[in-house]
Amino acid sequence: MCLAVPAKIIDRQDMMATVEVSGVTRRVSMMLLPDAKVGDYVLVHAGFAIQTVDEEEARRTLELLEELAGHEE
Amino acid sequence: MRDERILLAHGSGGKLSHELVAQVMLPAFANPALDVLHDGARVEAGGAKLAFTTDSYVVKPLFFAGGDIGKLAVCGTVNDLAVSGAVPLYLSAGFIIEEGFPVADLRRIVASMRAAAAEAAVAIVTGDTKVVEKGAVDGIYINTAGIGAVMAGTDISPLNARPGQDVILSGPVGDHAVAVMAGRHGLELPATVASDCAPLGGMLKAVLTAVPSVAVLRDPTRGGLATTLNEIAVQANVGIMVDEAAIPVRPEVRAVCDILGFDPLYLANEGKVIIFVESLHSEKVIAVLRSHPYGREARVIGRVAAAPAGQVGLRTGIGGVRLLDMLVGDQLPRIC
Amino acid sequence: MRSKAEDSRRLAAFFQGEIARLATRPVRLMEVCGTHTVAIFKAGIRQLLPEAVELVSGPGCPVCVTPNGYLDTAVAYSRRGDVIIATFGDMLRVPGSSSSLAAEQARGADIRIVYSPLDSLAIAAAAPAKKVIFLAVGFETTAPTAAATVLAAEQAGLENFYVLSAHKLVPPALRALLTAGGARVDGFLLPGHVSAIIGEAPYRFLAEEFAVPGVIAGFEPLDVLQAVYLLVKQIAAGEATLANQYRRVVPPDGNPAARAVLDKVYEEADAAWRGIGVIPASGLAVRDAYRRFDAPAALPVEAEETRDHPGCRCGGVLRGEVRPAECPLFGKACTPERPVGSCMVSVEGTCAAWYKYGAGRWQA
Repeated sequence: MCLAVPAKIIDRQDMMATVEVSGVTRRVSMMLLPDAKVGDYVLVHAGFAIQTVDEEEARRTLELLEELAGHEE
Repeated sequence: MRDERILLAHGSGGKLSHELVAQVMLPAFANPALDVLHDGARVEAGGAKLAFTTDSYVVKPLFFAGGDIGKLAVCGTVNDLAVSGAVPLYLSAGFIIEEGFPVADLRRIVASMRAAAAEAAVAIVTGDTKVVEKGAVDGIYINTAGIGAVMAGTDISPLNARPGQDVILSGPVGDHAVAVMAGRHGLELPATVASDCAPLGGMLKAVLTAVPSVAVLRDPTRGGLATTLNEIAVQANVGIMVDEAAIPVRPEVRAVCDILGFDPLYLANEGKVIIFVESLHSEKVIAVLRSHPYGREARVIGRVAAAPAGQVGLRTGIGGVRLLDMLVGDQLPRIC
Repeated sequence: MRSKAEDSRRLAAFFQGEIARLATRPVRLMEVCGTHTVAIFKAGIRQLLPEAVELVSGPGCPVCVTPNGYLDTAVAYSRRGDVIIATFGDMLRVPGSSSSLAAEQARGADIRIVYSPLDSLAIAAAAPAKKVIFLAVGFETTAPTAAATVLAAEQAGLENFYVLSAHKLVPPALRALLTAGGARVDGFLLPGHVSAIIGEAPYRFLAEEFAVPGVIAGFEPLDVLQAVYLLVKQIAAGEATLANQYRRVVPPDGNPAARAVLDKVYEEADAAWRGIGVIPASGLAVRDAYRRFDAPAALPVEAEETRDHPGCRCGGVLRGEVRPAECPLFGKACTPERPVGSCMVSVEGTCAAWYKYGAGRWQA
C-alpha cells in the first residue's frame, strides 16, 4: 500500500532536506521526522522522510540470513 | 469504442494504443505492407526494395539531458528504418509551431537535427512548416518521415522470431524516459544520466553485414522493453523468456523508478535495439555491437521458446518466473 | 566472491526449502498490503512456495478500498471550472459510478498528478484564482503526509487549498476481517511501511485475541520469503505471536512525531470500505480546527447517485474470500484497460496483479 525508498540525507535546512538515492536527489519534508540529521538514511514516502533506516539492524538482518542459509550447506 | 474518447493512455504505446490502431486505423487502411506492423513498412518502387516510416515528436520538455526534440525526431525515424533492415537515406521534416515560439529555440532544434542527420548519414530532403495559434500546440511538434534501402540478403521481420533464437539487448534500459521526466517530479539527476537518443543506422548496418541472418530487430521505444517483446511474441506466436538479472538498468534509473513507482522495463528508450538471432551467431552479433559506442553493454537477455505462444516470461532475481505483460495505461507516479 | 544475485538465489532457495518442510498442512496467509501483493507477483514468489501455502491479498490497497462515492465526489469537483484536482497517479483511472478522473481530464478537467502532497501547495500558490483539492487517500503511512501538508498550507497562509480525505486505518480492518471470519486466515504478513508509523502495539490483538500470528514484513523479495517462513514456522509449532521481520525500518514504537502531526489535523472516524462496509473508527476525519481545509465542509458539492457494478466481486476479493478468477467479470468485462472494479485498476490491486502477472504461476 505504500511505496517508500531508503535515501541518504545530504543537506538539511530547517524542515526541508535534500536526500540522495544512487546520485538522484530530491527535496523532501522533515516535518514527520524532525530529529534526523545529515548522513542519516531515511525512508522517503510521498516527498516526506517518514522513518530512520537503522543500518546496524539492516546489517544484522543480512548476517542472520547468511547464518541461517549457511547451516544448510 | 463507440462512445469513448481518446485518453492520454491511447498514446502511451501500450495496450490501448494497440487497440486504437487495430480498431480504428487498420480496418480503414489495411494492405499487405501495413499489416506486417513493423516499425517501418517495406515497399517496392521501380524494382528497388525500400523501407518507409513516419513518426511524430511531441516530447516535453523540448530540451533534456542528452538531446532535444530535434535530435529525437531524426534519430527516431532513422532507427525505425534501421530496425527494418534498411540503410536510412532520406528524411522529410514537418514542423507545427505555436505562435510566439522563440526563433532562437527553433535554430537550436534545427541545428541539432542537422548534426544528428550528419551522423546518421541521411539527408533531410523535403519539409513543411505550419504555425498555429497560441495554445493550439505546446511550443513545437515535429513530424519526420524516412526512406531507406533494404539491405540485400537480409530478411528482418517480427514474424521471423523462432524457438531457439537468442534475444540480445544493446544496453541499459530506461535512460531516455528518466532523463525526460525526472524534472517533472522535482527529481534532480546526476550528470551520469542522459537520454540514450542516438541514430543506430551505422551500428545495425555493421551487425547485418557481419550476420545477415539476423531474424528480428526492434527498438524498444514507447512501452519499453516489455511491450516490444510482447509485440514480437504475439506477432510470431512464440514464447519469450528473459532473465531479469541480465537486463542492464543503471542504478540512477532504478532509483528514479523506485521513488516514483515505475518499472524500468516499461520505460521508453531512444537508442537501444533488441536483436533476435540463432544462438550460434550471438557472440558475433554481440562483438559487433560492443565495438560500437552505442552497444558497449550489449548482452543476451533471453531466449525464444515454442510455448507459451504469444507470452513473455521473466525469470526473477530470486529464481521465480512470472508473466511479463504489455504496458497498460501510462506510468504515473504513485504511492502504492 | 559470490555475486549479490547468487546470494539472493541461495537465500531464496534456503527459505523455499524450509517453507516446504514446515508447511505440512494447507495454510492461508494474508498479505494485507497491496505493495506486498505486487512484490510477491513481481518476484515470482508464488512459484517458490509449495501448494500447501496459499497467499491471499487483503484490504491493503488504498485505491481499491475507496468506495465509489468518493470517486463520484472527486469527479463532481473536477467538473467545476474553478477547481484543480491534485492527486497521486494511483487514482487517475479508478472508475466511479459513471466516470473516472482520466475521462474527466480528457473532457478538459484540470487534473495534476503529484508525487508528494506538498507539490499541490505549489500548484495552489501559482493559481490563486483556483481552488486546489488534494485527493488524500492512503493508510497510516500516507495520512501523516497529508496532515503535514495541511499544516504547511496553514503556515503559508494558503486559502485555496483543500483535502478530500478518505484515509483508512489498517488494524480496525484486520479486526473486522477476523470477526467476520470469512477469510479463514492462518497468519498475516503485516504492512511494513504502515508499521513504520504505528509500530508494533496496534497488532498485538491478532495473537492475543484471535490467536493468529502476524509478521511485520519488508518489501524486498527476501523480506517477504523470510516473513512467510516465520509465519509457517509459528503455525507448524502451534504458536501465535507478533514478530517484526522489518526492524531496520520499524522500531517497536513506530514514529511518534508523525503520529502527533496526524493527530493534530485528523481524528478517528467510522469509514466506509469498498466491499466491507462501514468499519467503526477505521478512518480519519479532519478536525474542526482545520475544517476550512476540508473540501466537503468548505466547498460542498453535489455528486451523482452512487451505483456499484452488479457483477463486480471486488468486495469478496478485498475480504480475501474470492479469488480474482472466481469473479465472472475478471479478464472479460473487466481488464486493466477497461476496469470495472477498483481491484483491477490500481497497480497493486489484487485483480490487476493477477491479470498482469498471469495468476502468479508461469504455465510453460
